Amino acid sequence: MSATAVSASSGRTGAPARGARRGRGRFTARTALYVVLVLLAALIVLPLVWMLVTSFKTDADAIRNPYSLPSPLSVDAYRTLSGGQQPILLWLWNSLAAATIQTVLIVATASLGAYALARMEFAGKKVVFGLIVSTLLVPPVVFLIPNYLIVQNLGWLDTIFAITVPGAAGAFGIFFLRQFFVGLPVEIEEAARIDGAGDLRIFLQVVLPLARPALATLAVLSFLNNWNDFLWPVYVLLSPERMTLQPGLSMLQGAYRTHFAIVMAGAVIASVPVLLLFAIAQRQIVDSVTGAAVKG
Amino acid sequence: MAYLFLAPFLALFATFVLAPAAYGLWISVTDWSPFRDVQHFVGLRNYADLFTAGSPFHDDFWQSMGATGVFVLASVPFLVVVPLLVAVLLNQRIRGGTVFRTIFFAPYVLGVAVVGVVWGYVLDTQSGILNHLAHAVGIRADIPWTVDTPWVWVALVGVTLWWTSGLNTVIFLAGLKGINTELYEAAALDGAGAVRSFFAVTLPGLRPVMLFITTTTVLASANMFGQSYLLTKGGPGNATRTAIMYIADQGLSQNNMAPAAAMSYVLFAFLAVVSLINFRLQRERLEKGRVR
Repeated sequence: MSATAVSASSGRTGAPARGARRGRGRFTARTALYVVLVLLAALIVLPLVWMLVTSFKTDADAIRNPYSLPSPLSVDAYRTLSGGQQPILLWLWNSLAAATIQTVLIVATASLGAYALARMEFAGKKVVFGLIVSTLLVPPVVFLIPNYLIVQNLGWLDTIFAITVPGAAGAFGIFFLRQFFVGLPVEIEEAARIDGAGDLRIFLQVVLPLARPALATLAVLSFLNNWNDFLWPVYVLLSPERMTLQPGLSMLQGAYRTHFAIVMAGAVIASVPVLLLFAIAQRQIVDSVTGAAVKG
Repeated sequence: MAYLFLAPFLALFATFVLAPAAYGLWISVTDWSPFRDVQHFVGLRNYADLFTAGSPFHDDFWQSMGATGVFVLASVPFLVVVPLLVAVLLNQRIRGGTVFRTIFFAPYVLGVAVVGVVWGYVLDTQSGILNHLAHAVGIRADIPWTVDTPWVWVALVGVTLWWTSGLNTVIFLAGLKGINTELYEAAALDGAGAVRSFFAVTLPGLRPVMLFITTTTVLASANMFGQSYLLTKGGPGNATRTAIMYIADQGLSQNNMAPAAAMSYVLFAFLAVVSLINFRLQRERLEKGRVR
């Protein structure tokens, strides 16, 4: 019996019992495994390295020596971008502002709403929740044209409202946080209620602090989502100074057709913030995307 | 009190989700023009036109639906199988598993615009690194990755694979961790090798995850927009102009809002049917799997 237990605890792998075949065959199989993984990792990383390297080249160098290191090391591309008709620093600022505003909107409205749906009883609760969740199944293109007209009627075209407010109405935040609130032990809230706290106080002082990890995850996902949004800003943002980085990059690509150093510098600026965010919040991001699939 | 808590979200939800869903349906049954104040109800004419050969949007719309279909069929098998294999590799007892997982997932956090311009450079016919490398190993032809068929499809699928396969990889990996290891031991005792136990234990154990992944991947591929917009501009001709690209262009750039709204609902219906079929098929296998 104990033998089974030992091999079970050490055997959390695809083909554990194969470990019985020891020695050289096993060694080469493991080496091959690492070789494959390292090659795959290189395939993932190389285009990004190349983006970074090229962004520090002069145009002539980029065309003449596509896969050597920059010589001379040049920041011309970045200088061009910060000066010219493509105000990339302004786009960076617009992207940061839009992603932050939308994240705050989502976390604030979704946490309040999700708490009501998780903990409170009221007429029409099932209908409201069903309606919200069912819209998760509707492809976004259905909302594209009518939302464009709504945003136009509100006078929001080419403003930061267009790229922050409509996107905050999605059902994901409510769905995600409700799951979390339902899983919280209700006793803590009941204890606070006995102490005389009202709904709002319980929510703000008891529930929100407990929900901090879930709120942080939702915030990171919302930020990434808004930062990377492409189709919508391409159509609702019109003037160069209102642009965010994603549609801006597409503009750069058009304006500097063969000036690869400049386009790559733009891509570096657009990717560094999200790669940093990913480096910090890696676990939360990966856990949240796998959670839905594996639980469901 | 509950209504007060819900009010801020519901205000947003009503304005930018419920209202547009109904509004879009209304637009699709009118002769909508942004240059007129009054719109007229025309019944299902916009829908009927989409199904009538020779009417103005018929050919282009179905070409874009066809391009979307080609992309779904060409991309989904790779987007499912490659992440599955990578997840199986990562699920072995290895050092640095988390590091590899992080690297494989990383491209997914980038926006499609970054992916599009970086790969636009990699795949550029004259100056791209891929064709330079091809030259270095003796392939003289300049491969028109983003310019000509069938290369454009190879490029679009390859780039999408690079960009998003990390997502499916981590989901598969989580699914693999959930498979009872005793099943592998039992399989090994029965003399099953790595390949046999993959088909006898791993795949059946992943069925629920597989349903989730195929459904979400088909939907994601059917909603493809940015890769074509940035890499091929929908070309050559309109070969890679996807349905989303065509609908957005007709509705928002060409002011043909009513036909475009009808198209978006037709696409929605298509996707609903495809998801339903996929769900049915896989649920049957799921139930059979349980009986066995």
